[in-house]
Amino acid sequence: MRRAVVTSAATAAGVVLLLSLKPHEAAGPVPVIGSGAGSGAASGSEAPEPSNTSASPAPSASAAPAGAARKVGGDTVNTRYGPVQVQVTLTGSRITAVDVLKYPASERRDREINTTALPLLNQEAISAQSAAIDVVSGATYTSDGYIRSLQSALDRAKG
Amino acid sequence: MLRHAEPVMGTVFSVVVRDPGPGTAAALDRIVERLHRIDAVFSTYRPDSDISRLDRGELALADCDPDVPAVLAACREVATETDGWFTERPGGRLDPSGWVKGWAVEEAAALLRSSGARQYCVSGGGDVQTGGGPWRIGVADPGRPGLLTAVLAGHGLAVATSGTAERGAHVLDPHTGRPALGFASLTLVGAPGTGIARTDAWATAAFAMGPDRALAWVARRPGVEALAVLPDGSKRWTPGLPGHLPAAGPADWRSAVR
Repeated sequence: MRRAVVTSAATAAGVVLLLSLKPHEAAGPVPVIGSGAGSGAASGSEAPEPSNTSASPAPSASAAPAGAARKVGGDTVNTRYGPVQVQVTLTGSRITAVDVLKYPASERRDREINTTALPLLNQEAISAQSAAIDVVSGATYTSDGYIRSLQSALDRAKG
Repeated sequence: MLRHAEPVMGTVFSVVVRDPGPGTAAALDRIVERLHRIDAVFSTYRPDSDISRLDRGELALADCDPDVPAVLAACREVATETDGWFTERPGGRLDPSGWVKGWAVEEAAALLRSSGARQYCVSGGGDVQTGGGPWRIGVADPGRPGLLTAVLAGHGLAVATSGTAERGAHVLDPHTGRPALGFASLTLVGAPGTGIARTDAWATAAFAMGPDRALAWVARRPGVEALAVLPDGSKRWTPGLPGHLPAAGPADWRSAVR
């Protein structure tokens, strides 16, 4: 349960992050962060090494070449649900992981987040490959449309 | 792992079995045969189907394939459940497709189950029934072909999506006869016990209702949740939907991204 709660807090926080995160290194464009990146009053900070060891290897700071993973921490932001802080791992310009460093503890509020904030990062465009999916639900395709469909790619890839 | 894709009913059915056994290949043969039989009986594109002949008055209901009265009875049930937002006569012509495709997926799943399979996934053109699990089900992004707008995960789920991305505005409001335009796509998730036939038919009905009425209607129904993508790209969902998101959430993308 705690895990699910963390997830939903993380994603509620993701939105906040998009507005408040300002990569400390500011070495280059970070397209995923979007237009809100430079506009917030908050300044970002390098996050502490997370306890989670499954993250991409050898995160490095500002000089990371494109393709290497790097972690960027956001400031603690007071949301209506309580203080939230997240850290994203970027591989090139893509967010490849989100870790929650701080999230609201109240269970009632967690439930509120669950019911009011569907993980927005889950909603962001995801490629079938990175999402490791088994099947696709979508508007019914024609036999011709199938050829261009993600489902067709899955059927071929694992056939 | 056994996979099969079968073009039938104007789309493609995809079958995956994670635990194939000695009976699986034969079950697959029966599924293919059954799907083509359902198409022959129910297709509105074939002038010689039972449904076409029944609609033209050339065939009595009693002389139709026995599946026909059963399907029409199911359609009337769904019409009642949805306060008339589902009809087997969209646009005036007899066309129970809103039930038939999901039901065909459910029939295929039943054949797999009776063959001994417990870990399977059947998709009929984007309407999905899973058995066992967990299965990860991507929801197509209606605005960006080739990308997903969400990932769902669970055991024994049914997932149906109605939308305008593939076939245009084809869902008609049964009350006005005009195309329903309130959603870019609407996905319904049926918990175990709510099969894909009902989930799919409800998705068609809810699509016709438009966002406000549809989300309120789905939220009142036990065993089903909704994720809506509106024409402006924004999303709405019922309170129980997050329960169908992967347990590890976005952070588990890491495992596939490396």
